Amino acid sequence: MANWLFLIPLAPLAAAVINFLFGRWYIRDRAHWLAILGVAAAFVLSVAAFAQVAGDGEAISQHLYTWIPAGDFQIPVALTVDQLTAVMLVVVTGVGLLVHIYSVGYMHGDPGFYRFFSYLPLFVFSMLMLVLANNYLLLFVFWEAVGLCSFLLIGFWYRRRSAAQAAKKAFVVNRVGDFGFGLGVMLIFVNLGTLEYTGVFEGVASLPQGTVTLIALLLFTGAIGKSAQIPLFVWLPDAMEGPTPVSALIHAATMVTAGIFMVARSWAIFAASPDAMLVVAIIGAATAFVAATIGLTQYDIKKVIAYSTVSQLGYMAFALGVGAWAAAIFHLMTHAFFKGLLFLGAGSVIHGMHDEQDMRHMGGLKKYMPVTYWTFLIGAAANAGIVPFAGFWSKDEIIVGAWVGGRPIIAIVGLIAALFTSLYMFRVVFLTFHGEERFDRHHVKPHESPAVMTIPLLILSAGAVLAGFVGFPPENGAFHHFLEPVFSGHGAEAHHVSTATTLTFGAISTVIALAGLGLAYAAYIRGSLNPATIAARLGPLYQLAYRRWYFDEIYETVIVHPLYRLSVWLWRVVDVQIIDGTVNGVAALVSFTAQRWRRVQTGLVANYALAIALGTVIIVGVYLIVGSNLFQ
Amino acid sequence: MSELTANHFLVLSAALFIIGMMGVLTRRNVLVIFMCVELMFNAVNVSFIGFAWEQNSLVGQTFALFIIAVAAAEAVVGLGIIMALSRRLDTVDIDKVRELRE
Amino acid sequence: MDGFPILSALTYVPLVGAAIIFFWPKASPQAARWVALGASLVSLVLSLVMLAGFDTSASGMQFVERFEWLPALGVSYHFGVDGISVLLIVLSTLLTTIAIVASWSSIQHRVREYMITMLLLETGMLGVFVSLDLFLFYIFWEVMLIPMALLIGVWGSANRIYAAVKFFLYTLAGSLLMLVGIIALYQSYFEQTGIRTLDVLQLQQGNYGYTFQMWVFAAFFIAFAIKVPMWPFHTWLPDAHVEAPTAGSVLLAGVLLKMGGYGLLRFNLPLFPDAARDWAPVIMVLSVIGIIYGALVALVQPDLKKLVAYSSVSHMGFVTLGIFAFNAQGLYGAMIVMLSHGLVTSALFLCVGVIYDRGHTRLISRFGGLATNMPVYASFLGLFTFASLGLPGLSGFVGEFLSILGAFRAERAAGVIAFLVVIFSAWYMLWMFQRVAWQRAPGEPPDANDPEAKLAADEPRPVMGGAEHGDDVIDPRTFRDVTWREAMTLAPLAVLSIWMGVYPQWFMNFLRTALELVAKPFGGIGF
Repeated sequence: MANWLFLIPLAPLAAAVINFLFGRWYIRDRAHWLAILGVAAAFVLSVAAFAQVAGDGEAISQHLYTWIPAGDFQIPVALTVDQLTAVMLVVVTGVGLLVHIYSVGYMHGDPGFYRFFSYLPLFVFSMLMLVLANNYLLLFVFWEAVGLCSFLLIGFWYRRRSAAQAAKKAFVVNRVGDFGFGLGVMLIFVNLGTLEYTGVFEGVASLPQGTVTLIALLLFTGAIGKSAQIPLFVWLPDAMEGPTPVSALIHAATMVTAGIFMVARSWAIFAASPDAMLVVAIIGAATAFVAATIGLTQYDIKKVIAYSTVSQLGYMAFALGVGAWAAAIFHLMTHAFFKGLLFLGAGSVIHGMHDEQDMRHMGGLKKYMPVTYWTFLIGAAANAGIVPFAGFWSKDEIIVGAWVGGRPIIAIVGLIAALFTSLYMFRVVFLTFHGEERFDRHHVKPHESPAVMTIPLLILSAGAVLAGFVGFPPENGAFHHFLEPVFSGHGAEAHHVSTATTLTFGAISTVIALAGLGLAYAAYIRGSLNPATIAARLGPLYQLAYRRWYFDEIYETVIVHPLYRLSVWLWRVVDVQIIDGTVNGVAALVSFTAQRWRRVQTGLVANYALAIALGTVIIVGVYLIVGSNLFQ
Repeated sequence: MSELTANHFLVLSAALFIIGMMGVLTRRNVLVIFMCVELMFNAVNVSFIGFAWEQNSLVGQTFALFIIAVAAAEAVVGLGIIMALSRRLDTVDIDKVRELRE
Repeated sequence: MDGFPILSALTYVPLVGAAIIFFWPKASPQAARWVALGASLVSLVLSLVMLAGFDTSASGMQFVERFEWLPALGVSYHFGVDGISVLLIVLSTLLTTIAIVASWSSIQHRVREYMITMLLLETGMLGVFVSLDLFLFYIFWEVMLIPMALLIGVWGSANRIYAAVKFFLYTLAGSLLMLVGIIALYQSYFEQTGIRTLDVLQLQQGNYGYTFQMWVFAAFFIAFAIKVPMWPFHTWLPDAHVEAPTAGSVLLAGVLLKMGGYGLLRFNLPLFPDAARDWAPVIMVLSVIGIIYGALVALVQPDLKKLVAYSSVSHMGFVTLGIFAFNAQGLYGAMIVMLSHGLVTSALFLCVGVIYDRGHTRLISRFGGLATNMPVYASFLGLFTFASLGLPGLSGFVGEFLSILGAFRAERAAGVIAFLVVIFSAWYMLWMFQRVAWQRAPGEPPDANDPEAKLAADEPRPVMGGAEHGDDVIDPRTFRDVTWREAMTLAPLAVLSIWMGVYPQWFMNFLRTALELVAKPFGGIGF
């Protein structure tokens, strides 16, 4: 028991609510104090929870109240912290705190300042509840709640149509994933009669193989939406319409990793179904590859990093698919540092360039913004997997995991994607910070960002350098030992990885990363390779990547348009013509008949009298002819 | 043969009733129609009296008396309506009065 | 407390209020408003007192008032509430009060008559929920119909007569069928036992033959299905909503639609369990069609009120879906959907009313960018938008999820298809929200430093019915934010919606014993 656990999410929630209710009139541009205070409190408490879990080695939990008591469907609001949650708590509140501090500078002077510092802590609250939940329905609840925050923050500059569109698209596409997730939750309940993690994981063994596979795939559908895997990744690049700190926190470091977290959390279900695992691995690898190819061709600095995020999420997914649970979470953590850093760095560049995002209008910024440059370089190196930065350790471990997990093809796809990763990362660095200055020097005066923005960059870059070492030596680091209690039992199989394999793959990864760096250098600094010529040579392949593999267009023509046409048809034809037509038709028939019958009303008394007389005669006649026995 | 039976009353009654009815159906003057209605009333009265005579019961005669009383009241109302009609529409021709039409 | 006829009191207080306005011919419009507000407030307070005194652990009817009325016919004056009706009564009194406040300044002609109509409507609605005698029930059912038709037909907009007549005839057709059913039931019970009664609780003790059940069930069901409204009996709803004044829409969506679900729970299931079980597949199919159909049609509505009306068709499908799943989750879900829909859809109609009062149009395409000059309004609209699309933590989710879970448990395919609606509901509601509250007013140029100024392409969307209300150009940028009075109508609904989402247990406690009783003939699955 730990009766103080509820304070972790409560602190940011309180800040969010107070800022939202009173921000507009009373708090205004002081809103950040409360928000930072709330998130900082959550961070401190998270560290305390982490320390307690690390010390005792046992999960701590708190039951708050029964949320839904519908017969045998009893859903509590209960929090629990085990090793996995503890890691997530520290990552979410840590990166969250830095992003909050950074935002004070980035959002300075925005008319929606108080709104921003209401939504952002609300997101932190939702994300904390998501990782703290002890049952699937509560997870689902905050899964949707982070979607709401994402919606509000992507659409933060709601007056832009593109931002509003992107926000809606993100929510709706996520709902497609949630459709599957929700069905998975229902299927679990119907089969096992409980939704609490512990009960579910114990019960999984008793279920038939087909059911487990179905549950796992349905849950993974949710992860496909939230963690932007193929085929639902289309919302994430558009989500870059939001302010850059949002992209860093939500669309890189935390929310998008919720899907990875959920699958890792449900590892007992997935581990029981090899078929589902294979699907996860294939989708993850495909995502890693496809997103990397798109990342090579984009010019918007945030879009490149966004596709890089999608690609890295693909790595995490295929790590899960090959059973390298700890490696996936390890990469999730290192990625949170270096991708958060990259986004904040990009934000600093955009801020310094007066809202310019197109790399074709940058170049040579190194001398104007040195802190941003060096920190960004560290982030890029970590992302590209250069020794000894954080990304190298975690990514290498994933590829080794795939190899020894019996999925060599996926390991090779991962290596190819790693080459692309290194290439596009350094492409960004060289295009942005090196080379000639391609901006209009009369109007744009690049400048370094204020300290409130650069200090978070420095802290994150320290993380991007050092975070990898908690997982050293590979497969056997402190991080792995810490997570061991979570990923053990229930048929967990540990692959023995020989030192030789580790060293071999380390060497291959390093060579590949350096090759990517070399290619980028040749293309964008020395000019010995001409990117335009290569693009032209590749022709349709280049177009395929540049047009994002036509996913948006396909959805537009195959789903959205036919659905609109169907809806219009349902409305205009079925509703108005058929159903209402029938109703109005009945009315018209009655009216028509009545019009005929009204002619009977001649107004001539003689006619009425005649009718009475004839009627009497007929009645009496019938009575006489048919016989009086009619009434006997 | 010369014996008086209920049939005689009924034949008379039926004859009167049909004359009255034909009058109601064919005449156009409201007053005449009204008188024909009275004739039909009295046709009914005759049959009541006839049955009363045959059954040697007072019930039929009582009915007849009631009908005469009601007919008197009805005549007042009816004549009042006819008066109002002729004043208002300046006619007693029933075919010209078509206020009930639709 | 004991012996005070609180149910009669809260039912007839509005009637007294109506009488006061009626017999006070010199009453100014302002006086009429205050009298109406006073009467509805007294009724609201009485209903809250009743709620406070309600024993959630007891089974059966509470606050019962019963005496013989027409003993020769077996008609009794029988009032009583259980967990199912008690919450609906509070919903009715609350929404009537809100509706009266909402029409404070938007109704300017025939104010006295309007207030009398509102109060009569309230008495009718409350009478329906408290009556336990079919004779009384039927009277109140019909009483409520007339004021509602008048509200639409007198205070409605352009095409109001058509809508009022359509509403009236549709409902009347259903209620006449119900009358036939009531008489058949009365007769059948009399033949079985030799007792003439119309008492619902007593009639439930009867034993009805299978064929009889099937037919009488159908008669009752059609009456309630029209009210719900269930596909394909729903077409009166969009017309009625579009033409009705704001307060009329609020009560129509908030309370009148609930009578369908209430009737099914109170009459169809307990009286005809065998027929219910055999009709269930048909009803589930119709419910699922209604859920998806309503959502898809809502997707292409150019008119705000029509959009909300079709979303009602979709949401109310969950009520019938849940009820005919016959398990705990389905029944709880149906009730929570009813309550939540009563709060959220009413609030959405109020939100539409706010901007209709300012712009005199309901076309979505005329609005835009309201979040800039109406931030409080946009916050409310956003809250209710998300509550309507079923965001967890707000009221919509709990009911919908439970109802779908119940259906999923009873019949997999029904649950799966119905759950698809989470995608469509997000789509149409957010589309509406984005167009109304976000982006810019129509014709407003992009901000100077907006990178999007270069992008002009509109979203792909087929051209559909254009201006149905004339082409009057309005400028949403000049709208002022919600007034205090408007905020007071929206705030209680917002608070309740959040409460129901965060702590639904409070509401479910009232329902427990009553729903267990309903589910008993069906095996009480899930309790």
